Amino acid sequence: MALAMVNVTASVLNWVSSYFDAPTRAVVFGVPIDGHLVVEALLVVVILFQLTRKSYKPPKKPLTEKEIDELCDDWVPEPLTPQITEDMTYEPPTLESAAGPHAIVNGKEVVNFASANYLGLVGNEKITDSCVGALEKYGVGSCGPRGFYGTIDVHLDCEQKIAKFLGTPDSILYSYGISTIFSVIPAFCKKGDIIVADEGVHWAVQNGLYLSRSTVVYFKHNDMKSLENKLEEVTRRSKHPEKVRRYIVVEAIYQNSGQIAPLDEIVRLKEKYRFRIILDESHSFGVLGNSGRGLADHCGVPIEKIDIITAGMGNALATDGGFCTGSVRVVDHQRLSSSGYVFSASLPPYLASAAIAAVDYLEENPSVLSKLRTNIATLFNELSDVPGLVLASHILSPIVFLKLKKSTGTGKTDIDLLDSIAKQALEEDSVLIATTKRSSLDKCKLPIGLRLFVSASHSESDLLKAAASLKRVAALLIS
Amino acid sequence: MVRLPYLTALTTLFSYGILFVFGHLRDFFRKIFDWSKSNNLQGYAPICLGYEDFYTRRLYLRIQDCFGRPISSAPDSWFDVVERYSNDNNKTLHRTEKTTKCLNLGSYNYLGFAAADEYCTPRVIESLKQYSVSTCSTRVDGGTTKLHTELEELVARFVGKPAAVLFGMGYVTNSAIIPALIGKGGLIISDSLNHNSIVNGARGSGATVRVFQHNNAPHLEEVLREQIAHGQPRTHRPWKKIIVIIEGIYSMEGELCKLPEIIAVCKKYKVYTYLDEAHSIGAVGQTGRGVCELLGVDTADIDIMMGTFTKSFGSCGGYIAASKEIIQHLKRTCPAHLYATSMSPPAVQQVISAMKVILGEDGTNRGAKKLAQIRENSNFFRSELQKMGFEVLGDNDSPIMPIMLYNPAKIPAFSRECLHQNVAIVTVAFPATPLLLARARICISAAHSREDLIKALEVISKVGDLVGIKYFPVEPVKPNKVKHLKKIE
Repeated sequence: MALAMVNVTASVLNWVSSYFDAPTRAVVFGVPIDGHLVVEALLVVVILFQLTRKSYKPPKKPLTEKEIDELCDDWVPEPLTPQITEDMTYEPPTLESAAGPHAIVNGKEVVNFASANYLGLVGNEKITDSCVGALEKYGVGSCGPRGFYGTIDVHLDCEQKIAKFLGTPDSILYSYGISTIFSVIPAFCKKGDIIVADEGVHWAVQNGLYLSRSTVVYFKHNDMKSLENKLEEVTRRSKHPEKVRRYIVVEAIYQNSGQIAPLDEIVRLKEKYRFRIILDESHSFGVLGNSGRGLADHCGVPIEKIDIITAGMGNALATDGGFCTGSVRVVDHQRLSSSGYVFSASLPPYLASAAIAAVDYLEENPSVLSKLRTNIATLFNELSDVPGLVLASHILSPIVFLKLKKSTGTGKTDIDLLDSIAKQALEEDSVLIATTKRSSLDKCKLPIGLRLFVSASHSESDLLKAAASLKRVAALLIS
Repeated sequence: MVRLPYLTALTTLFSYGILFVFGHLRDFFRKIFDWSKSNNLQGYAPICLGYEDFYTRRLYLRIQDCFGRPISSAPDSWFDVVERYSNDNNKTLHRTEKTTKCLNLGSYNYLGFAAADEYCTPRVIESLKQYSVSTCSTRVDGGTTKLHTELEELVARFVGKPAAVLFGMGYVTNSAIIPALIGKGGLIISDSLNHNSIVNGARGSGATVRVFQHNNAPHLEEVLREQIAHGQPRTHRPWKKIIVIIEGIYSMEGELCKLPEIIAVCKKYKVYTYLDEAHSIGAVGQTGRGVCELLGVDTADIDIMMGTFTKSFGSCGGYIAASKEIIQHLKRTCPAHLYATSMSPPAVQQVISAMKVILGEDGTNRGAKKLAQIRENSNFFRSELQKMGFEVLGDNDSPIMPIMLYNPAKIPAFSRECLHQNVAIVTVAFPATPLLLARARICISAAHSREDLIKALEVISKVGDLVGIKYFPVEPVKPNKVKHLKKIE
């Protein structure tokens, strides 16, 4: 058996070698074809054949219905909201009267420093009368968006009045304070645009920046050097300056810290680097400047240099809603592309007539501004030596902001301490002040603190009472 | 559902084609003229680049007088429309002092609370004198008044949920609540025809957004199964939570949502539901409690119910009604509650009074009469329009009636001719509706009397004949009925 195998193998090998060593059988094109060349040609063909084959992939099997059913049964969603523990429930003080400088909370009269009623227009007779007239004529709501019979003549009058007061060509009204800024920013900034914003802007501005899908670069809070660096960096990196829109977003008086933006510096930088400014004047309209026209008046900057000004009217003007003003192009563009304007019902007409009356009052009585300034200065002075707290706002800001000198450890204990200070001030001394409350969605990292909103209708005794109360309570609670 | 006839689609596309060609020609000439004039942008990029505002400049501005018409009285069933004129071919419009009294078929005034009401207005004026126009403060600082707490309890009772929270504007309610409920790692499935505020809120939350076909519960089930099985995109981790967002009545279609089927699907797959009842609260249902009552769905099955006060209650603002834990969580995290000025007290009082009227707690049965009136009006108007041959969308009992126009030229023709005959109609075109499906939208109110509706029907029929929008055959008047009546006599 083995011998036979050996014989067969030997004869096969003999045959193969004889074939290889065979003399040249053919001459093709002057090249002699040896036997082995045929084998090599066959090998090349096999290699090419393998190269053209697709690589092996395991076949894709879509999930069967039964598997999907199992996955759906297994899936357990998170609860819609996290568990609420006892200490998380917070009941704000309930007012039983108008939110003027003196209000009634839980049956007691308190001095109210929690309302941004800067000009003391809450409870003003003329405004109330104009509202009563508007309510009787127009009812309460406007029952429609601006494009579909929701435009009432008081809206148009209010827009013209505000534009005339500020000295701009036109203005546009929005129906709610915070929706103004987060509708304006996405109307002008789209994907691919560049925005340089202050890191201390409030949530509504942050939401507008997020919705606009532009590239956002933050600079250090109210720091002009940092702003210049960021502008320089951004201008160097941008490729098509003619096609990319660039904006600087700042607030006139920052809600989160009480600082005032240096507008003349910002305008100088804007002209150097060719950016447009979006300025949110919610807390400075009707407060800063000799005639209450806002930050541009205060810094002596001509109003045409600021491209877009927005403001909420829920502060100095003691009404609700917001407006945006600028050149005719800016305002007209918003009438069709600003979502908070097009897709929402318009401002109730009585609020618009309250705004008109408030602006009238401000024009006729500019002395109320100097009264406000004196009050702010008095309170600032009194609060400069509160134990444990330090003043963090600008000396001219109507939001007087006090932050803790030393943090107690964690953010949570800080908030608890401030809340207990405010609670004791309310219960024992009848002084209502506000603490900063940050939503979990807010990305602002500025320190929290106590806020007092000064009004022109606060009397000197009110201010002294608040300062004394804070000093006493802070001494007790801050070790 | 809209059935777009082939011929109409062709003619509409042809019309839009002509408008676009002319628009581009004018842009071309404008570019040539501006070449010689100096550019005063000085290195700044223009506010609108290239063709971003092409639609506004070349199509919308031509018919600008059909939109944004100012009025100078309350938006009641009859109101005064201010006349406007233009010196530069509709680019800018100027007001005049003259007004025309027109029948109002466009305002959201479902129960007739838009104008001064005998029960509501005295109480509103009283609360204005007591609490003044605004609190100038956020709800958490010092802006909560007794009225706000009273209204929150009343809303919760009215809607049928344990607790509620108020906001000063309906748009902000959606935009600020959805980010507080769901974030990255979550999934939002929303109806394809949802309102812009829901789209903005969903985008602002950072969650993944998927869309299901309008009112199609089987398609929703398909999308849910696929998404749960595959998990998050790219990482395939399971979703943290899934929320399905639907509306009660869709404002551009007038359709009710198929609530029982959709809720059944959601319960089966353990997803959360969010119902936006902006147009349906107060307007549909036996006692005005909205689409849940009308379709027989238990309110405990829906996790979050949202609504606005602008439409049926004649005020402003919005609310969210849900379980106590959800409301407490929202009061702690929702930015609109923490940062926005609280709702104006007179507006709050208006809603309280309006709700009391609807519930019958003011001692009269005006509320029940209003609800019966609006149901009767809507059904009568819709059936008459359909008999005349118009293509009317929407379900029975819904007070919103879109009439299809399709062609872009019919939009201004219909609108202007109706205004000429003292009927004020709202016409809607792109971008609120798809490009080819322009429509005129009618909102019926309980304040409309039978004579008002008959006059409106006459005018719409005449103008419809002129403009040519009776796409369906006219129903012939049945002769048998007349014979039957004669027999009895």
